[in-house]
Amino acid sequence: MLDRTAETSLPHAAAGESFGRRLARGLRRHPGIVRLGVIATLFVLWEVAARYWVDPMFLSPPSRVIGSIQSVFATRGVPAALRITFFELAIAFVLSVVIGLVVGLAVGLSRFSRASFMPIILLLYGTPQITILPLFILYFGIGPASKIAFGVSHGIFPIMVTIVAGVQNIKPILLVSARSMGASRWQIFRWVIFPHMIPSFFAGMRLGMTGVLLGVLLAELYVSTAGIGYFTTLFTQNFDPTKLLGLISLLAAMAIVLNEIVRRAEVHFGRWRAE
Amino acid sequence: MNGRDTRQSRLLSRLVQIMFLIVLLVLWYLATTKWGVSHLLLPNPVKVYDELKDVLASGEFIPDLRITLTELAIAFALSSLSGITLGYLLSRSQFLIRVFEPLLAGVYSIPIILFLPLYILFFGLGPASKIALGTTISFFPIVLNTIAGFGYVDRIYVVAARSMGASDFQLFRWVLLPAALPVILTGLRMGFIVALLSILGSETIASLAGLGHRIVHLAEAMDTARMFAYIAFAVAIAASLNVIVTMLEVKGRR
Repeated sequence: MLDRTAETSLPHAAAGESFGRRLARGLRRHPGIVRLGVIATLFVLWEVAARYWVDPMFLSPPSRVIGSIQSVFATRGVPAALRITFFELAIAFVLSVVIGLVVGLAVGLSRFSRASFMPIILLLYGTPQITILPLFILYFGIGPASKIAFGVSHGIFPIMVTIVAGVQNIKPILLVSARSMGASRWQIFRWVIFPHMIPSFFAGMRLGMTGVLLGVLLAELYVSTAGIGYFTTLFTQNFDPTKLLGLISLLAAMAIVLNEIVRRAEVHFGRWRAE
Repeated sequence: MNGRDTRQSRLLSRLVQIMFLIVLLVLWYLATTKWGVSHLLLPNPVKVYDELKDVLASGEFIPDLRITLTELAIAFALSSLSGITLGYLLSRSQFLIRVFEPLLAGVYSIPIILFLPLYILFFGLGPASKIALGTTISFFPIVLNTIAGFGYVDRIYVVAARSMGASDFQLFRWVLLPAALPVILTGLRMGFIVALLSILGSETIASLAGLGHRIVHLAEAMDTARMFAYIAFAVAIAASLNVIVTMLEVKGRR
């Protein structure tokens, strides 16, 4: 009540309020800016909490973590461990895509093999592979081989499942009309199945990348005598949260970049269908 | 004719599946008995079966299973409580949805297993770090599905209920909740499964007790037959929990 009379009688106050309202309206239209504000607030809270409330043995502020990334890199063996992890991720991803694609096509292209093998694939996909991680280490050792194998075991199933689903979802009328116009098997594959598979192929690659990241990182963390797992264990035992957070951020950045590449590819190559 | 054809091919498919499993078992058996694969790497399936019977009969698994299930129950309770509450509060405003949903989805796309070393530093090797990881990982599908469930209820229903004079509670109980429930239940199921997987995973990586810890312990002792038995046991537990939550989800949808 009082506000309204003030608004009508004082032009300055009215201008000030309309600015505030305009700002609010502007922010409402740009949730991205507010989102950045939320992220910044969280970082400030983290900084304040780490500086004043939490024992420095357990948490260190983001400013110090960012500064520490250089010293993480300078720790003997860390650059090599990161490089090996990246290499494991790349190999595991390529292997998952190739195996997943081949098996997915072999299973998906015929109705009979789909009915026979799809339940087996889904069963394997549904089992918690983490329980057999020690077996992978037993068979493949603590080097890159076990991590690649474990990454592949997490990556191939989502790829296979999406490829099979993609092949299955092709409208039968397209296949029938291609065949009735005299297309050969190869021509049907090249000009009907292949273009229709591309969106699901990239969707599968994105899920596969998530799986490969999970598998490789699980195996890396599990083996505490070499690679990333050695350093996370070392930093934890030394109560060195600064370096631990630095190393974790580097790995998270690696994961984000890889995810983003695959996601962009999916958006890019899935576009023809929407148009 | 067509019906009999499909029934015949379905029968054939079952046959192929059964044959596949039998061939696998026979290869496994032959590899351990005839081809001389070391029993340290691959134990004899018969021995694994005996070990499994022993594990089940002796009740040795009970303490480990109890720890794993307790961790799972606490983690799931925490994540579903916080995820549904936060998801509901955020879903009340389209603006908040647009601010927070991409943020939560972005964090969800990072492999959260990376937080495990941090949680071990904070909470130690005991159950607390597993509960923390399970809670964190299962929080995201639950909160995202709650937002999706409550946030995208058709406005027409809300307006219609309001114009017929529904109170806040009536609107929630009779309009929002029934519309959102199927999506939320899917989120809860996904959250439960990832919580189970992450708890087994963190027990495998670093822990003092639990099913995952037992498997690692047997692997390090090179007692592979018993380890296979425990793996089979853990897989069976995970599969039955999976079936139970899927059944609950289907039941809750109706």
